[in-house]
Amino acid sequence: MRYSIFSLARNAFGHHEGWPAAWRSPEPKQSYDVVIVGGGGHGLATAYYLAALHGIRDVAVIEKGWLGGGNTGRNTTIIRSNYLWDESAHLYEHSLKLYEGLSRELNFNIMLSQRGVLNLAHNLHDLRELSRRVNAIRLNGIDSEVLTPVQIKAMVPILDTSPDVRYPVLGASLQRRGGVARHDAVAWGFARGADARGVDVIQNCEVTGIRQRNGAVEGVETSRGYIRARKVGVVVAGHASVLAAMAGFRLPIESHPLQALVSEPIKPIHHSVVMSNAVHVYVSQSDKGELVIGAGIDGYDSYAQRGSFPVIEDQMGALVELFPIFSRLKMLRHWAGIVDTCPDASPIISKTPVKHLYFNCGWGTGGFKATPGSGWVFAHTIAHDAPHALNAAFTLDRFSTGALIDEHGAAAVAH
Amino acid sequence: MLLIECPWCGPREESEFHCGGEAHIVRPLHPEQLSDPEWADYLFMRSNPKGPHRERWVHEAGCGRWFNVERDTVTHEITAVYRMGGPPPNPSAAPGRKR
Repeated sequence: MRYSIFSLARNAFGHHEGWPAAWRSPEPKQSYDVVIVGGGGHGLATAYYLAALHGIRDVAVIEKGWLGGGNTGRNTTIIRSNYLWDESAHLYEHSLKLYEGLSRELNFNIMLSQRGVLNLAHNLHDLRELSRRVNAIRLNGIDSEVLTPVQIKAMVPILDTSPDVRYPVLGASLQRRGGVARHDAVAWGFARGADARGVDVIQNCEVTGIRQRNGAVEGVETSRGYIRARKVGVVVAGHASVLAAMAGFRLPIESHPLQALVSEPIKPIHHSVVMSNAVHVYVSQSDKGELVIGAGIDGYDSYAQRGSFPVIEDQMGALVELFPIFSRLKMLRHWAGIVDTCPDASPIISKTPVKHLYFNCGWGTGGFKATPGSGWVFAHTIAHDAPHALNAAFTLDRFSTGALIDEHGAAAVAH
Repeated sequence: MLLIECPWCGPREESEFHCGGEAHIVRPLHPEQLSDPEWADYLFMRSNPKGPHRERWVHEAGCGRWFNVERDTVTHEITAVYRMGGPPPNPSAAPGRKR
């Protein structure tokens, strides 16, 4: 069913009781051309683009929980493409461009709001790095500009830009095309689009093993039986190392909790996205009025989807330092996602030592903004058994060759 | 918040410590003889297990000394604390130290 003003009106007369399910919940078949492990945004986007662009429709997405219940539903929904290095800039910009047309393409409102993303500088070094980054980004044809404190104050009046604070705001980079989107809608829109093109979206089905023969993948053992597959794409964020262990190799990844919070809802007061790497907090306001607040990872390895309170305390300290007006807000909910951090803070979208087994991981704390682009290049990699030019540099091999894409301290906020 | 028992200072709260990642990664004796993939394995590859994990911690805001911890990455329960250079404990024999 196509969603439109007319379908909305028609269903309003039926008290909204007649909406069909947005996707089927089929039993898994015995075999597929391609099995995608992981029903988050990236996995669903991969399946969608496999079907929509590469004509591969005999595809299953296997999810151990529910769609978008992992990091897709746990991130702070920020979208930007302000990366220093060319490889990253092109990949994230491709994703941002896909986001810009995504609601129309999927016939599903992902509520993209390009309200501008500000990255603050708090010392002279920050400011120089930021100016260099803005210039590099502009050379790649991506919108980016440097703001002075006066311009920042005009754009975000509630931000404390006074010069006598512990971490004064000396400037900011601004990407006006950056912003936020509804994270659940991204997963649901891709699921619906993939389902309509014949992809089986299978929830509550956990992969417990990866079968191989003669160095090539044969299929996956799951909690609902064995499923044969000609090709398998694994895109499971924090559990990437667990799946790699099933396939018999290791990854340069450590899994960490990344915590986030939302405040009680308040009237619209914060109309952009403000990020600060130095005091480390980032905040936007959702359509419901809640402040959505994130920060850095907890320092230890974990699969627990919860973190430690000192990290939250630091985050709140940074928030109140920047926005004194928020000091009396109550926090409503708090959670963590398990992020797959890579030594060079860049993802791995790659072939693996096992033939026809592909991994897409290592997005760390920055995966949501890349969802459509990640799925787009991963679908290409699986369909052609070779990477696209956009992800050719993001191989697993780069840790042997030394061609790292080091975004630590180079990106606006490294992940 | 983890309560971590420093072998020298006793139990202190997590914020006094810094986690140094996976323990028992031995520096190759003859690095010049390693192939690139072997060197990458030493430098970058990690086991990153879901479950018991042996890792290094440093009592940064205390005595400043490093030590090893065996901790479950799902429950966060610390099952053993032992000194640098010491043999890793047998997980099944290690006394469970409840937080």
